Amino acid sequence: MNEKLIYIGLAAFGILGPIAFPDYIIQFAVLWIMVIMASTWDITGGQMGYNSLGNIAFFGVGMYISACIQVSMFYDLGDFTASYGAIKPVFTDLQYYTGLGLGIVFAGVGCSLFSLLLGLAVFGLRGPYFAIGTLGVAVAAREIAGTIDVIGAGAGIAMPFLPLPIEYRSAFFYVLCFILAVFAHLVIRWLFKTQFGLAANAIRDDEDKAEAMGIPTLRYKQVGWAIAAFFMGCAGAVFGNMVGYIEPLEVAFPVATFGIFMVAMSLLGGKGTLWGPVLGAIFFHVVKEATWTYLLGLQWVVLGLILILNIVYFQQGIMGWLQAKYPERFGIAVDESTSASKEGV
Amino acid sequence: MLDNLQLLFVYAPVMNVQMILDGIFIGAVFALAAYGLALVWGVMNVKNLAQGDFVIMGGYVAFTAHNIGIHPVLALPIIAIVMFLYGLVVYQLVIKRVIDNDMFVSLLATFGLSLFMQQVMNLIYGPEVQTVDSHMYIMTMFDDFVTVPTVKIVSLGLAAFFATVIVIFMTRSRMGQAIRATAQDARAARVLGIDTNKVYMFTFGLNSAICGIAGVLVSMIWVLQPFYGIVYALRTFAIVTAAGLGNLPGVITMSFILGWVEQYAGIVAGAEYQIAAAVFVLIGVLSWRQVQMRRQRQVVR
Repeated sequence: MNEKLIYIGLAAFGILGPIAFPDYIIQFAVLWIMVIMASTWDITGGQMGYNSLGNIAFFGVGMYISACIQVSMFYDLGDFTASYGAIKPVFTDLQYYTGLGLGIVFAGVGCSLFSLLLGLAVFGLRGPYFAIGTLGVAVAAREIAGTIDVIGAGAGIAMPFLPLPIEYRSAFFYVLCFILAVFAHLVIRWLFKTQFGLAANAIRDDEDKAEAMGIPTLRYKQVGWAIAAFFMGCAGAVFGNMVGYIEPLEVAFPVATFGIFMVAMSLLGGKGTLWGPVLGAIFFHVVKEATWTYLLGLQWVVLGLILILNIVYFQQGIMGWLQAKYPERFGIAVDESTSASKEGV
Repeated sequence: MLDNLQLLFVYAPVMNVQMILDGIFIGAVFALAAYGLALVWGVMNVKNLAQGDFVIMGGYVAFTAHNIGIHPVLALPIIAIVMFLYGLVVYQLVIKRVIDNDMFVSLLATFGLSLFMQQVMNLIYGPEVQTVDSHMYIMTMFDDFVTVPTVKIVSLGLAAFFATVIVIFMTRSRMGQAIRATAQDARAARVLGIDTNKVYMFTFGLNSAICGIAGVLVSMIWVLQPFYGIVYALRTFAIVTAAGLGNLPGVITMSFILGWVEQYAGIVAGAEYQIAAAVFVLIGVLSWRQVQMRRQRQVVR
């Protein structure tokens, strides 16, 4: 009942919001991308206790995969990038849409495969080492992407143009982002109703015991990361097309901005919950845009302060706070005898 | 790449001398910052991602002193004290509240701190690259093939001096003993009457002061820029993860190795790889340790 209202409210916001405020339509699209980032980070970060700082690598890899597919299906990729946008390839409608569709799908699949490989290398790390190691992977991916000439190296790739009148461009990508966010949310919702959710939480609480209980922890971790990587790759592909220009430092691998934002959003909303990352992303995006608009020049200072305040003084996040305040609304039974002893821990 | 290798080992082998020297000079600064990180990590289990920004901040304090007209080397004690006090303030406001928490929290909180410090320095000093002119003589060797600025030798000497002071402090003084006791077992230290909160506070201040000193050396021999901090943080993390906590000889050795790796990567593979080298060393070390641990059916934690 309660949840139905939330879904109706969000659907109304998602459909009516851009109609009511057409000037902010790209901002709404970015908001859904951020919802995807935060929700998928939470699969391994919040629910499994594997706090990755490198999920942004999948975003960039997906972006590059889709760009390569979209261009190289019909043109020679090397010539295209070597010309720095001087060649303006004309794509027919059919070519563009098949390229885009295949690009998004293959970005997702490619990133999943990449995450499986990467998982073998990093899932032997725990706690802070995992975070630092994945951060290193993301930075390394950025540096490597900046040196491969066929994908434009540091100069980047210009994406093909959408063969629609320019006024429909943002609406088109908004719809893509919205559908992707809804899809990601439903998949995560389903995922954590299955046995996967229980296993993931068992891994978070005590991995050694989970393994002793016969849970194939490595496989669960890999599956969780692969799903996160799939959606990050798709989101990267859509975002790359939306921005129209891919470049390794700021667009494809923004390690220090979106790479950290997704963690901050999950924590702000409450990690390890279904709705926390969504709420956190919406709240964070609004605050971020407000500071960008009204405190220009100080925006990063404010952002750093928000991050510190959030982590130091408000760790449980919005959802965690609500759950502690109104446990009965979330169907959590509180045993007074155990909760009293918790104070001493 | 092959051309560069040829240049290095066939045409001008003297260049190796230059690079080994530069690696030592740069490694000495890394060693100071990495020792600070190892101290904080080992004593209170806080992974300070803002380490690099403390270094850069020390550099900017030296820059301010230079602008007033004080030579950075003479200003060193003042800068150390300023940074020590700053460390105490940061401890009271932020670090104190993340010590007892999940380790990831400290990583993120200090990342927020790093973002904040970068931006405040950016607002005050602007995004331009700054240097502090130390007015010191530049020596040359091997027919001008190898240049050795005196300031680099002085800074190497200063780094060695401060490292010795810190080691003596840690082994001889009461506070140093308390710090080491807390690092071994905080609860036992508390039982024996050590005020661990005070120890934590002092340790963080000490780390900040060490970073400040490293920053002064950076300001004299390289350049300052508000956003360079994260690179130093990654380097210190690479060094400390490779060397382990509380292993001073290991930290120093690893710092020199990283310094040399960066120098050679910069020459052989191109300047843009100089920073990537630190990251690749970090990933390599983590992978290697995983392989080692997996043999004993364990994980890196």
